[in-house]
Amino acid sequence: MRKIDKDKPLKLTTSELLALDVSKAKVSILSSLLSIFMGLVLGMIIMLIVKPESSFGGLATILTGGFQDGAQSFGNVLHYSTPLILAGLSVGFAFKAGLFNIGGAGQIVVGGFVAIYIGVKWTWLPSEIHWIVAMLGAGLAGALWASVPGLLKAYRNVHEVVATIMMNYIGMYLVLILIKGSVYNSDKNETVSVPRAARLPRWGLDKIFEGSYVSAGIIIAIIVSIIIYIIIFKTTLGYQLRMVGHNRHAAKYAGVNEKRNIVYSMLIAGALAGLAGGTIYLSPAGRHIEIVSQLVSEGFDGIAVALLGMSHPLGVLFAGFFFGYIKTGGFYMQSWGFDEEIINIIIASIIYFSALALIFRTKATQIILLFGKWFRNIFKKEKPKDKENRGDLDEEDN
Amino acid sequence: MDYVIEMVDITKKFPGVIANDKVNFKLKKGEIHALLGENGAGKSTLMSVLFGLYQPDGGKIKVYGEEVKINNPNDANELNIGMVHQHFKLVHNFTVAENIVLGMEDTKNGFISMKDSIKKINDLSKKYGLKVEANSIIEDISVGMQQRVEILKMLYRDADILIFDEPTAVLTPQEIEELMDIMRQFAKEGKSIVLITHKLREIKAVAERCTVLRKGKYIDTVEVKDTSMEEMAEMMVGRKVLFDIEKQENEINDTILTVEKLNVRDLINNKLLVKDVSFEVKEGEILAVAGIEGNGQTQLVEAITGLRKIDSGKVWFKDKDITHAPVREKTLQGIAHIPEDRHKYGLVLDFTLEENLILQDYFKPQFQNYGFLNFPEIHKHAEELIENYDIRSGKGRLTLTRSISGGNQQKAIIARELSRDNSLVIAVQPTRGLDVGAIEYIRKSLLQKRKENKAVLLLSLELDDVMNLADRIVVMYEGEIVANVMAEDTNENKLGLYMAGSKRGDGYEKN
Repeated sequence: MRKIDKDKPLKLTTSELLALDVSKAKVSILSSLLSIFMGLVLGMIIMLIVKPESSFGGLATILTGGFQDGAQSFGNVLHYSTPLILAGLSVGFAFKAGLFNIGGAGQIVVGGFVAIYIGVKWTWLPSEIHWIVAMLGAGLAGALWASVPGLLKAYRNVHEVVATIMMNYIGMYLVLILIKGSVYNSDKNETVSVPRAARLPRWGLDKIFEGSYVSAGIIIAIIVSIIIYIIIFKTTLGYQLRMVGHNRHAAKYAGVNEKRNIVYSMLIAGALAGLAGGTIYLSPAGRHIEIVSQLVSEGFDGIAVALLGMSHPLGVLFAGFFFGYIKTGGFYMQSWGFDEEIINIIIASIIYFSALALIFRTKATQIILLFGKWFRNIFKKEKPKDKENRGDLDEEDN
Repeated sequence: MDYVIEMVDITKKFPGVIANDKVNFKLKKGEIHALLGENGAGKSTLMSVLFGLYQPDGGKIKVYGEEVKINNPNDANELNIGMVHQHFKLVHNFTVAENIVLGMEDTKNGFISMKDSIKKINDLSKKYGLKVEANSIIEDISVGMQQRVEILKMLYRDADILIFDEPTAVLTPQEIEELMDIMRQFAKEGKSIVLITHKLREIKAVAERCTVLRKGKYIDTVEVKDTSMEEMAEMMVGRKVLFDIEKQENEINDTILTVEKLNVRDLINNKLLVKDVSFEVKEGEILAVAGIEGNGQTQLVEAITGLRKIDSGKVWFKDKDITHAPVREKTLQGIAHIPEDRHKYGLVLDFTLEENLILQDYFKPQFQNYGFLNFPEIHKHAEELIENYDIRSGKGRLTLTRSISGGNQQKAIIARELSRDNSLVIAVQPTRGLDVGAIEYIRKSLLQKRKENKAVLLLSLELDDVMNLADRIVVMYEGEIVANVMAEDTNENKLGLYMAGSKRGDGYEKN
C-alpha cells in the first residue's frame, strides 16, 4: 500500500488558501460542534425507529439530563467525565507524538487493579495518603503496561496498534487471574470493595453536588489536563514529541532520539490511562472489577474523546465533560421507557459519531468561509457574485 | 495580431496579500511565452485563474477574442486549455493510460474500455517522441516520464493552449533539453505555450516573448531575443543581479572533513551505492560533488551526516572519528546540514517558523530552563534570523511553515544552519527550485562562509552552482569518484564527460 506523503508541499485550492486565514482554533471548535450535532441527529433517528412517540422527549432528556436533578445530576456528570478525560488525554498525548494508543482498556484495567490491590491490602498506610499511593500505583502500572508496546515499537518496529490491542487482552486476563489470587470476593464474583479510607476524597464537592458520586477525581483530571498541556506546548520534551509526531524524518535530521521519544510518550500515555483506571475503581461510587471477559469501555471511549477534542489537552477536557454529560442524560432516559441497551446504543452513536470531528474539519472551514463571504457580500452589496462562489467552493471540497 | 488568450487587469486577492494586481497577459497563437517572476510574484496564481482554479476578483479573460468565465478546470478543458502542474496530479498505482483517461473514460456496456484510449495515447506519444509506455504503472516510471504523462493528459484532451508550471524544476539537464524540443514541436504545430519559470537560461533557449511579474504586479512583456538575461533578471528582482559572483582568492588551511574508503550499501538489494569514496574538505574551501542524479551523491551525504548507516570506511571530523556518531553529536561538533529535501528533512511543516528555527538547538541552555522552553529567547532568536536573513512570511515568526513560500522556507533553513557555530557546512542542492534572487543570496552566503575560513561541502546537480562556487570538484559516477579536479582546471564540457562516465580523471583510472 502506498503511504500518503504528509510532507508534500501544499497546493492550495481556493478554499484551503482562504482557510489559512481562518484561525485554526475556530475551525477545530466549529467542526467539533458540527459533529456533535450530527451525532445527535443520528441518535434521534435511532430513537424515531425504536420508539417514535418518546423520541423527542428522549432527545430533550439526553440534552438536559445533566441538569435534570440540579446539582446532583451535574455532580454525576463530573463523576462520569473524570475517567473519560484521563483516557482521552492518554490517547491524545500519544497521538501528538504520532502514536495511536488503542491500549487504553488494558492500561486502565491494570492500573485499576493495582489501585484496588493497594486500597484493599496496604491498610497500614495512613488514610490521608492511602488513596494517593493507590493512584500513583495505578499510574505506574498503566505506564508499565504501555511501555511494552512502546519498547516493541521503538526497538523492534512492531506496530503500536497491534501491540496495544494484544496488551488489552493480556492485561484483562492477567488481572482476572491476579484478582482470584488476591482481592477476590467469591460471593459476587468480583473484587473486594475498597475500604472507604482508600477511596478518592470528596474535598467538599459532595456538599456542592449533594447526592452525587463526584470526587476529587475530577479535580485531578483538570489538573492533569493542564499539566499535559504544559508538557506538550511548553517543554523541550513536548517540543521533541511534537516534532517526532509531525515529521519523524525531520526529527531524525535534528538529532532527536526517536526511539527514546516513542518510549517516553507511551509511558506518559500509559500513566494517564492508569490514572483513569484509578479514578474509576477508587471512586466513591464503589465500582468493582467483575470477573468477566470484557474490556473496559472507557479505554475505547477515550479514543472518541481524543478525536472530538482534536488531541488538544484542553479540547479533550471539554470533550470529556460533554461525553460525561451525555452519559448522565442517558441514565435519565429510562424514564421514557427506553431499554438500557437502546440507551447505550444511542449514546454510543452520539459519542462515536461526534468523534468523527476530523471529517467535518473541511466542512467547518467551508461554513466559516461561506458565512464570512456572505457577510462581506451583504456588507458590500455584491449580490450576483455570491451564489457562484458558493457553488465552486462546494465543488472543490467534495 | 490575434491573441488566443487575453487577460486584462486581472486582480486576485487573498487574505492579507494581493497575489495579482491588475495583471495583463496576452498569448499569441503558436508562441512559447514565458511567465517570469520570483517565488510569490503571482505567476502560478495568474495561471490558476486562467485554468479555473481561482476566481479573479477583477479583470476579464478573453479566449480567442471572446470574453469567457472560467469557473473550474472543466471549463478550461472545454476551452482547450491544459496545464501541467508543478506537483503532478497522478494516481500512483494506476497505469499511465488509466491516469490519462481519468475523468473521461470510454465505456462499453458500463465497463471501461481502454483499447481505443491506449491506441490514441500511443499515437500521441509516438507523434511527439514522448516514449511513454501506456501500460506502465506511474510509481515505476521516472519523474521525467511522469511529467510526460501529464503532457499527454493535456494532449489527450485536445488542448491547444498548454501551461507548464515550473516544468524543469524536477528534471535532469538532459530531460530539460528533451522537454524543450517537445515544446518547440508543439509551437510549430500552432499550439500556444505558457512557460512559468524563473530560470532565465530556459527562457533564452526556448521562449519568444516573456512577461515579467514582480510582487503581484505586471512589469512588462518583452521580446526575448532583444533582451539580455541581466535585463530580465533586473525586471524580475527589481534591482541589479550579480550573475557571476565574485569569488575572491582564499587561503586554504587545515583539513576539516576526511572521508576514507567509504562504502554505503542499499539495505534492500544489498547493492553498493557508494563505493570506496575518499576525499578531504579543508578550511576556506568549497568542495563540490558533481554528478547526475542517482549516482550515490545523496547517499554519500546521508552517510556523512548520520542519516544513513555506513557499511565500511571512516569519516573524520577535525581529529575525531565520527563514522558512527549519532546525528546530534555531529551537529554539536559543528556540522551544518542544508538537506536535499527541505520538506522531508529540513522543516517540520506544521511547526511555526520560530519553532523550526530552533530545530537542533531547542535543548541548549539558551532556549530552555529546567526543561521548559524559554519563549522570550526563542522569539528573539527568530526575530533576529528573520531580520538578518530576510525571511518573508505572512505572520512573521508565528507563521505556519507550511504556508511560507518555497524560497523563504529554504531561507529559513539556511538561516538556521549558517547562524549556528559551525566549521563545516554541508549543502545539498541548496538552490533547487529557487528564483534568481534567492539563488544569488544563497551563493553569497556560502561564499561568505568560505571567507570566514569554514569548510563547505556542496552537492549540486546544477553545474551553474558547481562552476560558480567550487574551488575543487569531485565527480561521482555509479557510486564512485571518477575525478577530483581544481575548478579552474576544468569546464562544463569536461565535467559533463566525467558525469556521463565516459572519462575518468587522473588518479581515478579504472582498475
